[in-house]
Order: sequence, then structure tokens, then C-alpha cells
Amino acid sequence: MPVTQQSDGRLAWRHLTPGESLARFAGWFALIALTVFCWRVMTADTIWAFVASAPAQAADIFGRMMPPRWDYAGRLWRPLWDTINIATMGTLLAIVLATPVAFLAARNTTPSAVLVRPVALFIIVASRSINALIWGLLLVAILGPGVFAGIIAIALRSIGFIGKLLYEAIEEIDERQVEAIRATGASPAQVMIYGIVPQIMPAFASINVFRWDINIRESTVLGLVGAGGLGLALESSLNVLAWPQVTLILLMIFATVIVSELIAAKIRKAII
Amino acid sequence: MLRIEGLTKTYRTGDAALRGVDLTVGKGQVVGLIGPSGAGKSTLIRCVNRLVEPTAGKIYVGDTEITGLGRRELRRVRRRIGMIFQEYALVERLTVMENVLSGRLGYVGFWASWLRRFPEADIAKAFAVLDRVGLMDQVDKRADALSGGQRQRVGIARALMQDPDLLLVDEPTASLDPKTSRQVMRLLLEVCAERGFATIVNIHDVGLAQLFLPRIVGLRAGAIVYDGPAAGLTAEVLTRIYGEEDWTRTAARDDDEDDTAAALAIEAERRIVAGAA
Repeated sequence: MPVTQQSDGRLAWRHLTPGESLARFAGWFALIALTVFCWRVMTADTIWAFVASAPAQAADIFGRMMPPRWDYAGRLWRPLWDTINIATMGTLLAIVLATPVAFLAARNTTPSAVLVRPVALFIIVASRSINALIWGLLLVAILGPGVFAGIIAIALRSIGFIGKLLYEAIEEIDERQVEAIRATGASPAQVMIYGIVPQIMPAFASINVFRWDINIRESTVLGLVGAGGLGLALESSLNVLAWPQVTLILLMIFATVIVSELIAAKIRKAII
Repeated sequence: MLRIEGLTKTYRTGDAALRGVDLTVGKGQVVGLIGPSGAGKSTLIRCVNRLVEPTAGKIYVGDTEITGLGRRELRRVRRRIGMIFQEYALVERLTVMENVLSGRLGYVGFWASWLRRFPEADIAKAFAVLDRVGLMDQVDKRADALSGGQRQRVGIARALMQDPDLLLVDEPTASLDPKTSRQVMRLLLEVCAERGFATIVNIHDVGLAQLFLPRIVGLRAGAIVYDGPAAGLTAEVLTRIYGEEDWTRTAARDDDEDDTAAALAIEAERRIVAGAA
């Protein structure tokens, strides 16, 4: 109630009541105090001598990394191809699995909000809460090292991402278009392909391209846990302290990610 | 063609949208349904094809009582009921042709409809219908590229594709400008007359209703308070439907000498419309 009557009868207006502005001030104060406190806890165990020598250390490693060992590239084309395959196959598998899950999870298309929807939401949350690297660790232990474990790891992580964004897109559709198709006497499956699918097509395409783009980056590190691709080469180079090779691998990852970003942007523009 | 007996709808929130509505619409008859916002006009026509499930009462479409039908039989009945919507409700990202053909979905199998392989007869019919509503040169455009009037024509074409016995029209002109509104209403009444549909038109605009619709049903708070000719919409009747307001300029009969000019203008326009149709 920021409107008050003054003694001379005129009305005054303020954005907040005095109590509200005090509460806001207290909130900001608590936030800043907490930040200061956390900073103290974080720095309590830091050995400052190490931090002081950081510039020298960084310069030393950077010196050893230069120049990149260009002739090593010949042995990287195969892992690079594996990396791209892990990302692409993993994304495709995730699309196939996540699309039905999204329809089961969306409030307006789920067959049962009480029984089916919680299961679908659980699948999405379970997939999203575990990083691809951890899925990779588990799957390398189960399936053995290699590209296959990488594909499955990427797919399992992507189901949640695609499923969540897609079911949100399904819940935001215009129900009137669906109602109009239903009114013609169409079957539930026809209502889906005429009333719902055209409306979610742009979201579907851009979500998938976006996830593929992310997966290219994720699959470059999956090799660190033995799941194939460039990461595997990175790990073996790091193990033998072959810094010039590490530089070349990092450059290659950088180039791959830039290219995938460009492709993703092109595809997105073409669809919308 | 359509007989409604004691139709009652109470929403889960406890709001009673309809309280025992009785209404009969014969073949070839066009009924205008007027009433204030929230009177239950939309609920009434949505109960007829059970987009909204009625709470009580009986609805006969032809000889079929539809409130007790199972899903499959309900879809069969829906094929015979065309519907036209306030904001067109076209599938925006599909082409005009796809939207029009979607009127045949009840007759086409799943795979055929997915692959857009409609029977030749349906496609020929779609061209004929598009020609009738004057959209032959827009066939391949996407629905979201059309103007409001064109979209509503697509909506009409989609309903015509069903070869319905009964047409439900929900505020067809609410999103259109006055000129386009008249054109759409005229087209609608022409096709209803050509094909002998039983039709219910929900309409907000009393002037437009008087102009085009011979029989008017007034709904207030879920009950019918007037059912008679458009000419009978006197100030007293409009007060009964909408509540207290100065209706003298809208009322059909010139009770007030001062409003003779306005009434004459309406009368003249009605005659022009009748001539055009």
C-alpha cells in the first residue's frame, strides 16, 4: 500500500512501503555478507606461495607447449572422425528415445498424468542429473572402452536435455489448433500429426541441432575416461608429458567446435 | 437436425455455464446465438460436438443421441459436424491446401494422412471448395501468410470439406474488421443456404446478427431468455439479454422517433444484403 494520504489531504505514492524497502536492503546486505564469508572459507587453505609462482609456472608450460607438433596431425584424423561420430550417433539415438518421452511427459499429451507422467519426468531428471563424463566412466566399466560406450554416454545424457526442452515446447502449443483438428473427427494419432507436430517442428529442429553442437564438445573430453575419440589421444599425450601434441589436439578441438557452431547456426537459420 | 434437451454444464470450478438449455435447429435453419461474455455461448456449441463434456441433458444430431457415445462413435458424429472458430484455429505452419484437406481426416487412414496422400476425390473437392470461397490463388501459401479474412475463408473451406449436416460457428467475425466481417458473414450464409446446413452462429455483434441472421436466440447466465426473429430484438428484449443499457439505437424496432434514421439505415442494409444473397 504505497499510496498514503498526507496531512494536507494530497495523495502520495512510493514504489515500496518503508517495510518493503528495509526488507530489500536486508536481503542485499545478507547476500554480500555471505559472499565475503564464502571467500574467506575458500582462501583459507590456499598456499599463497604457489599462487605467487603461478605466472612463472604458466609461462613454463606454455613454453613447452610451443610450437605445436604439426606432423602429429596425421595420427589424429581417425580420433577426430570418432569424436564426430560419437556426437552425431549419440544425438540421433537420443532424439529417437527422447521424443516419445517428451510426449509422455507433456501435460497436454500424456496418457496419464498420475501414472505415466512421473515416470517420464523421472527419466528426464535422471538423465540430466548425471554428466556425460560420469555416464562415460560407468559405461566404460560396463561395455569396455571404445566408441560404443561414448555413443551411449552421449545419448543417455542428451535424452534429458532434449526431452525436457521438447516437452516444454509441447506444453506451449496453441490448443485451439488442436481442438479444430479434433472437431473434424480425426483420430488421436491424426490430431497429433496435424494439430501438434507442425507446431513443435521449429522447436524440435533447433533443440536437436543445439544438442548436437553441445555433444561435439562433450565427446572431445569423453576419451579422457576411455570412451574413444580425441580425448583418448589427449589423455595419452598428457600421460607422457608430450606438450606439443597436447597443443595440437586442443587446436583441433577448437577448430571442430567452431565448425560445428557454424553448421548449427546455418541449420537453425534455415528452419526458422 | 439438432435437438438439445435440458443441457446443463457445470465446470469443475463449480461455475454453472449452462442451466437446462432446450433448443431445436431444423435442417437449413440458421440460428444466431447472442448474449454477454460468459453467458455460455461457446460452451453451448462446444457441448454439441463434445469438445466440452456436458454435465446433464441430451443432444440429438439427426437421430443420434451423442452424450452417451463412445470415442469411436463420437468421431463418426464429429465428421458430420463442421466447426468454424473465432481466431480461425488453422494449423498455422501448414499450407492452405493441407488445412482444407484436414477436414477429411475422419475419412482417411493414419498413414495416408501422415504422408498427405489424400484420395483424388478429396483433392478435387478441396479445389472446388477453395474456388467457392475465392482462394484458388492461395492454395500453396502457408496459413500464417494470409490475412484475417482469407484465414477465416480457409476455416469455412475446412468445414465445407466435411460435408457436414450441422455447422457450429464460434464468433466468426470477432477478429475481423467491419467490412471483412460482413463479407465473411455473407459467404457463410450463402454456403449455408446452398447446402442446407443446420447452423448455430455465436456472435457478439448485435448489429451484425440483426443484419444477417433471421432467428436469434438470446442466452443469459446459461439460460435462454429469448428465441425469436431478429426483428423482435426490441430494447426491452436486449435489456433482458444483456442487462440495463441504452438500447434504443441498437433495437430493431424504432420505438423512439429519434432513432428512425438509424433503424432505416439498418433496414436498408438488410435489404441490400438480402438482394446480394
